[in-house]
Amino acid sequence: MIHLETDVLVVGAGGAGMYAAIAAARNGADVILADKSMISRGGATIMAQMTTAAALGDEEPDSWEKHLADTLEAGRGLCNEELSAILCREAIDRIREMDDWKVGWARKDGKITGVMAPGHSVPRCVYVDFLNTGPAVAKCLRTQVARAETVTRVSGLAINDVVVDDGVVTGAVGWNLEDETPVTIAANAVIIAAGGLTRLYQRNSASVNMNGDGYAMALRAGADLIDMEFPQFFPIGHLAPRLVGMDPIMWDPFRYKLGGRLFNAEGEEFLHRYGGEDAEKYTTTRDIISYGITKEHEAGRTTENGGVHLSFQHIPEDKLREAFGPVIDKLAANGIDLTKNTVEVAPIAHYHMGGIRVNGQMETSIPGLYGAGEVVGGANGANRLSGNAIPEAFVFGERAGRFAAAYARGRNQTWSDAAAQEHLDLLNSLISRQSDTAGDKAALGEMWFELQNLMWEKVGVLRTGEKLSAALARIREMRTTLAEMVPADDTEFNMTLQDWYDLRSALLTAESVTLAAINRTESRGAHQREDYEQMDPAQVHNQRLRLGEDGAVLSDYLPVEKGVAA
Amino acid sequence: MSAPVTNSDKTAPITIQRGAPGEDPWKETYDVPWRPGMSVLDAIVWVRTHADSSVAFRYSCVNANACKECMVAVNGKTVYACTERLAEDGTEVGPITNKTLIRDLVTDIVPPKENLRTILAERAKD
Repeated sequence: MIHLETDVLVVGAGGAGMYAAIAAARNGADVILADKSMISRGGATIMAQMTTAAALGDEEPDSWEKHLADTLEAGRGLCNEELSAILCREAIDRIREMDDWKVGWARKDGKITGVMAPGHSVPRCVYVDFLNTGPAVAKCLRTQVARAETVTRVSGLAINDVVVDDGVVTGAVGWNLEDETPVTIAANAVIIAAGGLTRLYQRNSASVNMNGDGYAMALRAGADLIDMEFPQFFPIGHLAPRLVGMDPIMWDPFRYKLGGRLFNAEGEEFLHRYGGEDAEKYTTTRDIISYGITKEHEAGRTTENGGVHLSFQHIPEDKLREAFGPVIDKLAANGIDLTKNTVEVAPIAHYHMGGIRVNGQMETSIPGLYGAGEVVGGANGANRLSGNAIPEAFVFGERAGRFAAAYARGRNQTWSDAAAQEHLDLLNSLISRQSDTAGDKAALGEMWFELQNLMWEKVGVLRTGEKLSAALARIREMRTTLAEMVPADDTEFNMTLQDWYDLRSALLTAESVTLAAINRTESRGAHQREDYEQMDPAQVHNQRLRLGEDGAVLSDYLPVEKGVAA
Repeated sequence: MSAPVTNSDKTAPITIQRGAPGEDPWKETYDVPWRPGMSVLDAIVWVRTHADSSVAFRYSCVNANACKECMVAVNGKTVYACTERLAEDGTEVGPITNKTLIRDLVTDIVPPKENLRTILAERAKD
């Protein structure tokens, strides 16, 4: 066993985790930044294609209050207004700070330039490069975090459980992937920055490590989640023909720059049927487009692959080249000529609005436990605007790091092995149990496959009470089944041990999403019920989810947090 | 609305080198359902999902060529599994050879400063 000590442990090294580590270090804390994948390579940030919203006002008048008004409108009444205001106000500081760090925001006439994105009232979405903002941002933060002398970066360190002793965080338990050694970490504060839950869905657009770890870790530590019924489906994820080496979200920047048109399989534009705008206007918010495509699918008006056509055929080749030169060549290598062919697109799980319930200092209800980035719920309500996720990672990461450092610095370590024992016992029992090699070698893989299909079919874009209830029953059975399953008898890089822990998180998170979706008997934002098609003014409330004594997820309601703190 | 459909029940063989340091490496061949344009990464993910979940493999961003973690040797040449197409008539995949083998297709590509064992060894020296 390995034992480490630090002031602040950051779990997850995407945009939020790296910013949290930088901020905690510059506020005087020793930090361990751990990722079960590799530092800055996993998570969602590196996958970001383009837009980062901030009301800089450099090109034309803008204000964070306008950005806030747009964010609240998109959130369909459910935003925690304090968190939304923090996001919009401090996005400006973080974008400027990243500019000082030479991330390379695109400029026009010397000024940082922004594009218009659906749901925004001002062109405020800054970017580095049309398809490369995420990798550029990840690289910039990786450099900064490497310069922070009190940050120890550890790749391949999977954190399974936060240790809570007498109601207070004392550290965490995990294991080193390379050699399966259990690791305990004494830490006065733990920041969960483990990202979202997109891997729970068959069609998804994020890294494989976005499997709900953060939500499940928070629940097991005794913290609350909110708004779990609201995973966001990106409407025009690439479907066909097969593309390799490209992010399925890639058509978003194409639409910002070139418009493009959506047609169903019968060649009709259809968004007007669902309250959206057709032709080349890319103005309709994500929830409405996803709903529209899914309804067209139900009506039998989608392609044999189940998608709709996105067409840039009306745009001359020189314009396409001027906008996306090298990408046009990459598409050609994949057999796609946009002047001659449409591409097929369909909704794809992309982001999660819900998450860990925190206050403006990113603190949960458990002293010493913080959240940062996508894993935090509340700032985006029932539907997130494009461009709000990357600033959320920066802003909430910076705050979590700063406030966690202030809390942890100079505090006495109160680690005791006894409080970590139940987590270590579980890990050791999984490591020591021999697998039955005569049995099904892919049992854990097949469980992932079943869960992803179940969530897609029954807890996806269009929901009914019947489908949701069937899903909840099956998820609970799968949790029982998993408890009896064993990883393979490998020591180095034991993928099945990781599968086991990933599934433990995924199933608990899936139960939270499904239960919350059953309880919300209306349609609002990204949560669309076929048996309750209207928005219900009586359901302007948030759902809180907690883990009950018996291990089942419990829910109740909270009034929406209104009003913006000064 | 699901992944692109295929009407054929054709499969393509993928041969994966298995084993950890100190073991004699061995090869296992899996017949993977063939879809036009599929990547080597798709095939390895299929193997882990439906045939043998214990195949060790490092990847994160899933076919986007953003994380750069999925480097393997395909027919002896170092490539990213996510951008290399699966051959219909057989593909051999092994670990890249210029990095220390950890197990199966996983090699030590983590920067030394981010490796827990290296960090602990450095601390022990101080």
